[in-house]
Amino acid sequence: MTPSTAPAAGPAAGPHAGRAGAWRAVGPGVWLAGALVLTFLLAFLVLPVARVFYTAFVESDGAPTLGHFAAFFSQGLMQEAFFNSLYVAVMSALFAALIAVPLAYFTVRFDFRGALLIQTLGVLPLIMPPFVGAVALQLIFGRSGSVNLLLGEWTGVTLPIMEGLNGVIFVEAIHYFPFILMNLTVALRNIDGAMEEAALNLGCRGWRLFSRVIFPLALPGFVAGASLVFVKVFDDLGTPLVLGQTNLLAPQAYLRITQVGLEDPMGYVISVIMIVFSIAAMALSARVLHGKDYATTQKGGGSLQRRALTPAGSLAAYAWIVAVLLVVLSPHLGVLLLSLAKVWSFSPLPDAYTLEHYATVFHDGSGMIRNTLLYCGLAAGIDVLLGVTIAYLMLRTRLPARQWLDWIATASLAVPGIVLAIGYLRLYKGVTLPGSELLITGTWVMIMLAYAVRRLPYALRSCVAALQQLHPSLEEAAENLGATPLRSIRRVVVPLMAGGILAGFVTSFITAAVELSATLLLTSAESQAPMSYGIYLYMQSVAGRGPGAALGVLAIVVVAVGTYLSHVVVERTHSRFQPAAKDAVA
Amino acid sequence: MKRVSVQCRQLRLAYGPSEVLKGVDLDVAAGEFFALLGPSGSGKSTLLRLIAGFARHHSGELLIDGVDVSAKAPWERNVGMVFQSYALWPHLSVWDNVAFGLVERRTDKATLRQKVGAALELVGLSAYAQRRPNQLSGGQQQRVALARTIVIEPQLLLLDEPLSNLDKTLRVQMRQELLAMQRRLGLTTVFVTHDQEEAMTTADRMAVLDGGVVQQVGTPTTLYDSPANAFVASFVGTMNLLPGRLLGRDPQGLRLDVDGVGEWTLPLADAASPTDGGVQLRVSFRPHALRLEPAGAPRDARHLWMPGTVEAAEFVGEFTRYRVRVGTQALAVDQAHQAGRQGFPVGGAVSLALDTSQVRLLAD
Repeated sequence: MTPSTAPAAGPAAGPHAGRAGAWRAVGPGVWLAGALVLTFLLAFLVLPVARVFYTAFVESDGAPTLGHFAAFFSQGLMQEAFFNSLYVAVMSALFAALIAVPLAYFTVRFDFRGALLIQTLGVLPLIMPPFVGAVALQLIFGRSGSVNLLLGEWTGVTLPIMEGLNGVIFVEAIHYFPFILMNLTVALRNIDGAMEEAALNLGCRGWRLFSRVIFPLALPGFVAGASLVFVKVFDDLGTPLVLGQTNLLAPQAYLRITQVGLEDPMGYVISVIMIVFSIAAMALSARVLHGKDYATTQKGGGSLQRRALTPAGSLAAYAWIVAVLLVVLSPHLGVLLLSLAKVWSFSPLPDAYTLEHYATVFHDGSGMIRNTLLYCGLAAGIDVLLGVTIAYLMLRTRLPARQWLDWIATASLAVPGIVLAIGYLRLYKGVTLPGSELLITGTWVMIMLAYAVRRLPYALRSCVAALQQLHPSLEEAAENLGATPLRSIRRVVVPLMAGGILAGFVTSFITAAVELSATLLLTSAESQAPMSYGIYLYMQSVAGRGPGAALGVLAIVVVAVGTYLSHVVVERTHSRFQPAAKDAVA
Repeated sequence: MKRVSVQCRQLRLAYGPSEVLKGVDLDVAAGEFFALLGPSGSGKSTLLRLIAGFARHHSGELLIDGVDVSAKAPWERNVGMVFQSYALWPHLSVWDNVAFGLVERRTDKATLRQKVGAALELVGLSAYAQRRPNQLSGGQQQRVALARTIVIEPQLLLLDEPLSNLDKTLRVQMRQELLAMQRRLGLTTVFVTHDQEEAMTTADRMAVLDGGVVQQVGTPTTLYDSPANAFVASFVGTMNLLPGRLLGRDPQGLRLDVDGVGEWTLPLADAASPTDGGVQLRVSFRPHALRLEPAGAPRDARHLWMPGTVEAAEFVGEFTRYRVRVGTQALAVDQAHQAGRQGFPVGGAVSLALDTSQVRLLAD
């Protein structure tokens, strides 16, 4: 029998285990908030999508059928569109990975100045909608674009980079590779240096070290990024349309609905297939990731060893980075040149320069700019309002089935913009605004709501993360000093979430500003058109390319400024609330 | 300031199937500094949160100043709590943190300025009013948390492990400051801790909790000298606990059969001791109730002597703690240290002397 002072370790009933239920015994206010959020999600996400599914599976008289799907797969054109879409999505993910994996590895592994350059690379492509870049890339890499003109002159050989589906794959890969780059970089950074040392200690090094230890540990990050690229490319409408590649699923659905009409079942069948593939890709990645949280960094442990590059290695790394940077920047450069070009055709660079496209855009397009600011501002506002409400209901109340609000809101990630738009048009067909003759599907409200629903997951994640970082005792302390829950939300919760709320607002705003697929279907009059629609419209004609590019430059500037601002805000709030390391001990 | 008492009557609380509090009865007298001591998971923090109103008991009564507060929300109780993490709001300055509760109480500006100033003065942080909490050291943050709580003049002060985030020297200093302030304000204070030294050095009285049940309530000395059961005995300080059996009472005292050691006769005077033969019990005594002598040293009659073998020795500073094998049992023995005195070698045979007046018999 050993004498002991050690307290027996009892079952850990955490001090906050029962917090949520304590006083927030689901009051009427909580029920009301939950009901409002649910109504919004049902009306503008669940029911429209359900309506699409319903239409795909019934005859015009309402009898259930699989005939539409049989018809889809018996048409050669549709089969081709289906396989083309799969091919383009898979190849885009593959090429994006080829660009991203070496870059991610360079940043984490080696100590060199290129790291900052790579981080910039990670954001640049995302600040421009891919369909804008598509036109510019055609001018640079197309059959009679700058690169092939020069190549042809010097070597007599031309590269079919922009021919057919290649063009779509090329544009999508250089637009979406940052998703893989960012996810993979984070995953690599989280690997505990001891993992590598253990492998080295057991005699594993070089390529085997990378392929047996480092890459498998970072795999979850890679899969998350790659599946995102797949889904985004599979659902993209703007790029193939601008490049004239209509034999893919999204353009087919668009053409069916706009040309054959809202009654054509093929549009609905395609919609269902797109949703199923989006969900499948996400489910697959969730499955791969399940139980593989490899964030192995231990307390006090370092991450992967950084090494100095050999001169030769350094040269190779820089060469790769510069090459990628050139390609990645080419659409930006191309759009800029195009917006300033008087004539640019069959020549490596424009023949003459002018500012008149900008004048045209400011003259004709100010309404579009105003529309974009209005729709995106309102949509982002709705998103943070819903985001804060859902986050609070989920993390701080015991509202029954509160998790469902989160799941439903997040599910909108799997709904392509064009599918949502088709659902709106179908579900609200013939519905008029209360008290007027105005068709609700003919108003800009629908465009704005589609933006809000599509971008809700971004704002929601941002709000949830912000609230999760708030220790419940911060609110308890307020209540302990006499603040009611509503007062404590106002005086403590919202001010402390401000950074996250603003970041969510900006993310929703800028991603909504470049949304094209829902916009194309839902814009019913030119006076309602936002910038993205305007760019697309201008780009349809050769004469409109200049003004279109000028509008594109403006969109890039808006998005770039927004991205930068949100970055600054997040950094600042982050540093403000962290203990200052040294001067704390005053 | 009015001094209030707290009474818990048969408080029960369960989260789902796990019972956290199983009928807690407790009386905290007005103006008392009362400590709740227990291991993690014992229910001590839950009990404190219950008094603050952050958890709600399923049955029983909770009286503050004689009034049942069960139905009152946290913001209606006027019970000040200092959180383990301090829970200072990072978006507000020190001044605004302290003023928070007064703003909620719609205090007029002049009074607010005067009270916040006085509270900061009290904790010695007047010069730091415009700083942000994250620009302060741990000890200063702790003082802000305290100022923020006492400025609302709560009827009761609750402290949830307030010293656990401080390093050792600071902990001792803050402990003394806390106590001095409590004495000055005369505020009834309930203090949760898992550190028995902290509880014993500060509390007027303390309660030891384990498994959601109050094991014993009393002054620190009572709990140390007369633990009610084996759990309290081993949780408060170090205790040798030997299982045994009562054989009977004869003129020399109680005769015991101690497992693995043999038969002992203890001249126990107190009448409360059990007398029935065959009762299972535990023989308990502190490490410093034993004395080590070289094997073969002369034996006196005041002590109970037994032979042993030193198995291990830890030099603590003020004393050396030996583990000595006696029969099949290992006993902890504390030997006061004096410079220049040779210790007993590990593996060596020794003679152990037990001061029988220090032995307590505990129910098994």
